[in-house]
Amino acid sequence: MAITREEVLHVARLARLSMSPAEADKMREQLDNILAYIRQLDRLDTADVVPTSHAVEMGTPFRDDSVHPFEEKEEILKNAPDREGDFFRVPRIIED
Amino acid sequence: MRDNQGMEFEAVIGLEVHAQLATESKIFCACPAAFGAPPNENTCPVCTGMPGVLPVLNRRVVEFAVRTALATSCKVREKSVLARKNYFYPDLPKAYQISQYEMPLAVSGHIDIEVEGETRRIGITRIHLEEDAGKLVHAGAFAGAQTSLADLNRCSVPLMEIVSEPDMRTPEEGGAYLRRLRDILVYLEVCDGNMEEGSFRCDANVSVRPKGQKEFGIRAELKNMNSFRNVEKALEYEIRRQTEVTLDGGTIVQETRLWDADAGVTVSMRGKEEAHDYRYFPDPDLLPIHVDQAWVEELEKTIPELPGEKVARLVSRYGIPRYDAELLSSSRRLADFFEASVAAFGGNPKVTANECIQWKDVVAAGKLSPETIAHVVEDRETGKVSATASRKLVELAIETGKPVRQLRDEKGLTQVSNARALEAIVDKVIACNPKEVESYRGGKAGLLSFFVGQVMKETRGKANPRVVQEVLKAKLG
Repeated sequence: MAITREEVLHVARLARLSMSPAEADKMREQLDNILAYIRQLDRLDTADVVPTSHAVEMGTPFRDDSVHPFEEKEEILKNAPDREGDFFRVPRIIED
Repeated sequence: MRDNQGMEFEAVIGLEVHAQLATESKIFCACPAAFGAPPNENTCPVCTGMPGVLPVLNRRVVEFAVRTALATSCKVREKSVLARKNYFYPDLPKAYQISQYEMPLAVSGHIDIEVEGETRRIGITRIHLEEDAGKLVHAGAFAGAQTSLADLNRCSVPLMEIVSEPDMRTPEEGGAYLRRLRDILVYLEVCDGNMEEGSFRCDANVSVRPKGQKEFGIRAELKNMNSFRNVEKALEYEIRRQTEVTLDGGTIVQETRLWDADAGVTVSMRGKEEAHDYRYFPDPDLLPIHVDQAWVEELEKTIPELPGEKVARLVSRYGIPRYDAELLSSSRRLADFFEASVAAFGGNPKVTANECIQWKDVVAAGKLSPETIAHVVEDRETGKVSATASRKLVELAIETGKPVRQLRDEKGLTQVSNARALEAIVDKVIACNPKEVESYRGGKAGLLSFFVGQVMKETRGKANPRVVQEVLKAKLG
């Protein structure tokens, strides 16, 4: 078994996903299959292989440090479920 | 620190600095990075994390960080990786912060600091790039408020995190390291270094251990310190607290503590620890950052003389005290001004240094020319103006923008140092005060300053007091 039910629930909680016990079992089984498939790579000797962060290696694309303001603030704000003036209104985070 | 059983403790301190890079635009989009715009004015689909957008790295951000790395003797990696740090918070619309994790931009550097006449080398573990988050405004600050307001202007403003080794042992060393690091960033012009406004922020990791013990104690992370003084005070408090807990047989808990500047204490942030599972992974939207040797060499040429080197050079070249050299080197502009002032006349560097330090705010504001200081110093050395008059002349020069020598002549602020010119006035003062003359001649030497005062009064402060004294002594003696 590549992943436990507890690990599935832990990751779900970090991702703010709620799932029923049946869904958690199904998810565990599917993730287990995916991880088992990927584990085939363990059969290779990778001692001399440099870790890969990206599939395609090429030069870094940069942009120059110049300002081009985005003029449609309203387009950004209108996606929000709630607002107050030009602020986004969000649930209060209690920190104490 | 020593307890009553003679057990001695030492602190182990490491500092993490977040410096806002002084770019025009944000790190991954073309929104302005400027401070103080109306809410959500500086936002776009990229920095608010809309679906389908693609971040593109600002070249100057990398240049600034590489220059910082070079100035702190770090090793710049040919290849580094931007990673996603995943967590949910209302000031973070993408639900991840783009940062660097396993492969930071630069590693293994150091900064030399001086504390109580001793040089200490503080290691730098790493320098990496990341983006800032937005800002939450807690509307209607009453306890029952159910909502906060989010302003995403700061989202994706470029930050550079500089992590030190746990090499500091006292709050003073922590303060010295921070000041020196801040000065370096300001010299490089990569960060404005303003701690109050948050463009230079510091978190501290601190633990205590019995002196001589090799292993580190359990550490607390201190946050919310917005001045150098507060960092030192928070460290002092926390070291004392941990020492007391340990001596009382208690155990230190690994936790984050907030500095409460008003109460002068650190307070535990309970329950924040369990969420530290960020599931970092390389950001698939951003290719690795490649910095080749040619680029590093090109940037190396842009590194100015740094504060530590400048202090040493000012001391050896001008023979001024180290303390003065430190004050002058706290700003590149001030140090340059000092050197230009000395060059303009070649007068006593110590006197010139004092003048520059005295007027440093005006120098910073660009309202004073090196010639003004040079002329004032020269006139004082040749006895043409008094210390009081020279102060007044500088003030007038700032006010009117006129050359000091012209002001000196216009306002008649030339000091009379010619003994012969003063003799008549001295004679008059002696004639007018026969009783005092008698007492003085009878042995009350302290009355000399009375006569000097009278002469100064007669000349409306224009006489050179040193010459007046000589003339008086000759006439009275």
